[in-house]
Formats: sequence, C-alpha cells, structure tokens
Amino acid sequence: MAALRTGQPDDPTVSTVGIRVNDEMSELTVDNRTSLLDALREHLGLTGAKKGCDHGQCGACTVLIDGRRANSCLQLAVMVDGQDVTTIEGLGAAEDLHPVQRAFLDRDAYQCGYCTPGQICSAVGAIAEAGAGWPSAVTPADSLGIEGTAGLDASEVRERMSGNLCRCAAYVNIVPAVLDAAREVSA
Amino acid sequence: MKAFSYSRPDSVRDAVAGVAADREAKFLAGGTNLVDLMRLGVERPDALIDVRHLLGHDIEPTADGGLLVGSGVANSDLAVDPRVRQAYPVLSQALLSGASGQLRNAATVGGNLLQRTRCVYFQDVTKPCNKRQPGSGCPAREGSHRDLGILGTSEACIATHPSDMAVALAAVDATVHLTGPGGERTVRLEQLYRLPGDDPSRDTTLEHAELITAVQLPPPSALYRSSRYRKVRDRASFAFAVGSIAAAMVIDDGLVREVRIAFGAVAPRPWRAHTAEDALRGQPADAADFAAAIAAELELAEPLRDNAFKVDLTRRMGAAVLTELAEAQQQGSGR
Ligand SMILES: Cc1cc2nc3c(=O)[nH]c(=O)nc-3n(C[C@H](O)[C@H](O)[C@H](O)COP(=O)(O)OP(=O)(O)OC[C@H]3O[C@@H](n4cnc5c(N)ncnc54)[C@H](O)[C@@H]3O)c2cc1C
Ligand code: FES
Ligand code: FES
Repeated sequence: MAALRTGQPDDPTVSTVGIRVNDEMSELTVDNRTSLLDALREHLGLTGAKKGCDHGQCGACTVLIDGRRANSCLQLAVMVDGQDVTTIEGLGAAEDLHPVQRAFLDRDAYQCGYCTPGQICSAVGAIAEAGAGWPSAVTPADSLGIEGTAGLDASEVRERMSGNLCRCAAYVNIVPAVLDAAREVSA
Repeated sequence: MKAFSYSRPDSVRDAVAGVAADREAKFLAGGTNLVDLMRLGVERPDALIDVRHLLGHDIEPTADGGLLVGSGVANSDLAVDPRVRQAYPVLSQALLSGASGQLRNAATVGGNLLQRTRCVYFQDVTKPCNKRQPGSGCPAREGSHRDLGILGTSEACIATHPSDMAVALAAVDATVHLTGPGGERTVRLEQLYRLPGDDPSRDTTLEHAELITAVQLPPPSALYRSSRYRKVRDRASFAFAVGSIAAAMVIDDGLVREVRIAFGAVAPRPWRAHTAEDALRGQPADAADFAAAIAAELELAEPLRDNAFKVDLTRRMGAAVLTELAEAQQQGSGR
C-alpha cells in the first residue's frame, strides 16, 4: 500500500511516504533529501540503525528492505515508499531475541556496540542469502553456489560480512557468532 | 545537498520525457552512487525521476540462446543466476568481487554501468576537477594518482571507470539497449563509454535522457564458459580494484583459437585489449606469449609517477590469468 504523494502544492521538494517499518505502517512527510536512515532515526525514533559514514562504506546503517539487507544511508525515504523495512528493533525483543542477536551475546561479538545493529541485520540477510545457495567471491568458481547455510565456513562469513566494518575489530567473535546463528536458523 | 523534486512516472516514455524536459533532472535507480554523490555535492540534480520500478527485473533467454538482462536487475541477482554462473563465469565473479552484500542488493545493472569515477578530486568539491567542473584543471597529474589511469587518459583527465561488472561485460561482447527521446538503439558495451579527450565531463556516449533498458549477453559458447575475473585491491574484500582483468580463451591443439581480454581500473572505460587479442589469436598458448601480447597492448600506456606499477601489475596479472585458463582447459580435455 503506497501512500506516496510527491510534492506538496507549494513545495515540490517535500513528499508524503508510506513505509511499513517493523510490521507497522508509518506515514511520513519528509524533505525529499531525507535518507531512510534519517527517517528511521529522526522521524520514527528508531535509533538502532547507526550512521557511521553516510556513504555506504561501513554498514552500520544496514536494515532489511523487503527482506534483503541494504544500506539505509544510501536509500532515500521516498525511494522505499510502499516497501517493508525491518530494523534491529523489529528483529526480536529483549525477552525474545532473534537467533543472531542471541549468538552475538553468547559469543561476546562486540565491544562498543556501535556497529552491532548493522552487523546483526547484515548477518540475518547474509544467512538468508546462504540459505538460498548464493555463491560469494570465495565460493569455488566451478560450483553454482553453496549447499545452503551448511556451506558457510569462516572464510565465507568473512567475505559475506565484509560490508560491515567494526572499529573495535570484534571480528574474531563476530565470525563464530554468525556461524552459530546460521546453524541454528537452518536447524 | 541541493533540494530536488522526486517522481515515479508510470511508464518509460514518461520517465524519458521527464528527464528530456529538464537539463538538471536525473534518473534514479538503486541510488548507491547517485545519492552518495549528491550528498558530496558532486551531483546537483533539481529533479530525480525514479525508474527502478519501470526497469526490467528479469533475466530472460533470447531467441539466439543468449540472455537479456533487465537494467533493473540487482547486481546480486545477476551474480548468482545459475545460467550466468555457468555460461559466463567471468561476469558472476566480477559482480561478486564488487562492493558489499548489501550494496549489491540495491545496485542495479544500469546504475552499475553509469557509476562515476572514484578519483578523489572528482569527489571533493573544494578541489579543481575537469570532469566535475570543466576547465577548472586536474590536480591528479601532479597529486594523488596512484589509483588512476594509464591507458586512454588525456591531458585533461586521468580518471578511471570503477565498475567491475563492466569489465566482464566487455570481455563477453555484451550489448546495451537504450531508449531515449529519439527512440531505441543498441550499442556494444565498448561504445557506451567515451575517452575523455578535452571534454572529460561526459563519461559515456549517451544523450541526455537516454535510459539503459537492458544488457544483452551473446549465446553461450566454449569461449565464454572458459572465462574468469581477477581483481587486485588493497584489502581482501570490499574495495575497488587497483587493477583487474576479465579474460576468456579457448585453445585448440595447443593454439589460441579465440580470446577476449579486458582490463579494469586502468582506463576511463573497461579496456578491451584488442592488440593483445590479435597478437594471440592462432598463436601457441604459452605463458611467454601471453605476457608478450599483453606487453604489446601496454605499449600505449602513459603511466605517471605513482601509478607506473599498474603496467607491471596488469601484464603479470594478465599472463597469470591466461595461463590458468590454458591449464584448466588442458586438464579438462585430459579427463
Ligand atoms: C562503498 C562502496 C563500494 C563500492 N565498491 C564497488 C566495487 O568494488 N566495484 C564496483 O564495480 N562498484 C562498487 N561500488 C559501486 C556500485 O556498484 C554502484 O554504486 C552501483 O552499481 C550503482 O548502481 P545503482 O543502481 O545504485 O545506481 P544509481 O546510484 O541509482 O545511479 C547511478 C547513475 O546511473 C544513472 N542511471 C541509473 N540507472 C540508469 C538507467 N537504467 N539508465 C540510465 N541512467 C541510469 C543515474 O542517473 C546515476 O547517474 C561501490 C559503491 C560503494 C558505495
Ligand atoms: S552509515 Fe551507511 S554504510 Fe556507513
Ligand atoms: S563493536 Fe565497536 S565498532 Fe564494532
């Protein structure tokens, strides 16, 4: 259900958009320049997704759009009108964590935590991609893909998660956390 | 960022007409390059015409057995398509070596072809740049040019085209379908790009308001099946190429029957190495000949102080990839 109304009578640079965020429909009137990330953080109060670079280079802003991971800093809010967005807040609740959230806790896969919401959303997307058999740059060239999440190993996870930088370099724990979660999600 | 209007037209015709009517309007697809450059102040459109929903999202077989890839297909979907992976491995490998998982999901085939250079002067509006601001000068020749071009460059501009996908598409003889105010046309991928000469502001031969609607891959063949992509970069993943090569080759009786070679990150466009290809066709398939043929191509190179290493890099990488392709075929036929 798209609510898109582009341009106000007196101002073509403003639009009203309808975005389903974490299963709830939100209608927002935004300056067309507003990124999805800023819409989430400033308009909807969902501050889980973080702004690390605002240029697609760090992955801290990663959310799921129609189930696929994407950098919310490079999407404009107007572009996602009519789409489904899932943020870290929508993945699980404190009493009912998503398996990837649980695995990050169990493996102590963070230090300051700034990159963590993006890491977790990205891992959810990456596990789904692996589940669909998608190859990565380190998958042997003569195979069409991997055998679902069971085909993930540390080097596959490192490659697939390379769009998420961690300034604290918690990678040594992030990789096993993603592998744990992948096993649990497929089990 | 400059304020702009946003619209989502109902048809390709309306989208093209919308951009045609406004010199300052731009098409918007995945946004991963355009939004970035608008935030930097490099691109300053006053209207964005979103075409993502209008572009083809399918990869369809063509009458001759090739594939027609809609320009709205995500880079990730093209990379993992089993038909692409099998028949044009170089293309799948190039795509998977580019950007990150989340960027590939948003990035489209059309947008990937038209992404702009990553030259640091182009991206910094406080510096002169002939590409961004014609006539302002090019500080890269004297300044930071380690990542910039050695082939096809000009006095005015030494920027490189950053796409990995485009290099692979050049090697598999892809064509690009366009729709513009004047109707439809098809160009070879190589013809899509122009060399800078004294007007680096235009990267391509597209007219204003011409829309890329699809990319066509020729019928599968032993040549394209025997292909691969090699990318050298400053870190193991999620970095633009310092140099790259897309190659395809078939060998018959120890002789090179057919070969395609394209270099990436060394020129303003994917660089089809026609001189090297001509030198190799019909010649013995051995490592010394591979290196010599690529060296012949690189005789045109005009390296600068800090990017001369790209000449050696490209030659070695090229010889290594061709040698691997030759070995893989010898093993394959011995089975
Ligand atoms: C951090 C980072 C790292 C990256 N690393 C790599 C890498 O390693 N290798 C690589 O190859 N790329 C890399 N990229 C670039 C990425 O591949 C491009 O940003 C992406 O492919 C652009 O596609 P898009 O659909 O988002 O285009 P958009 O940003 O929507 O558009 C780009 C340009 O194309 C025009 N356009 C878009 N679609 C059409 C069409 N159908 N017809 C006519 N004009 C059109 C737009 O007007 C705009 O000028 C990286 C990007 C980032 C941010
Ligand atoms: S804030 Fe979006 S990638 Fe860094
Ligand atoms: S935990 Fe601090 S940036 Fe990753």
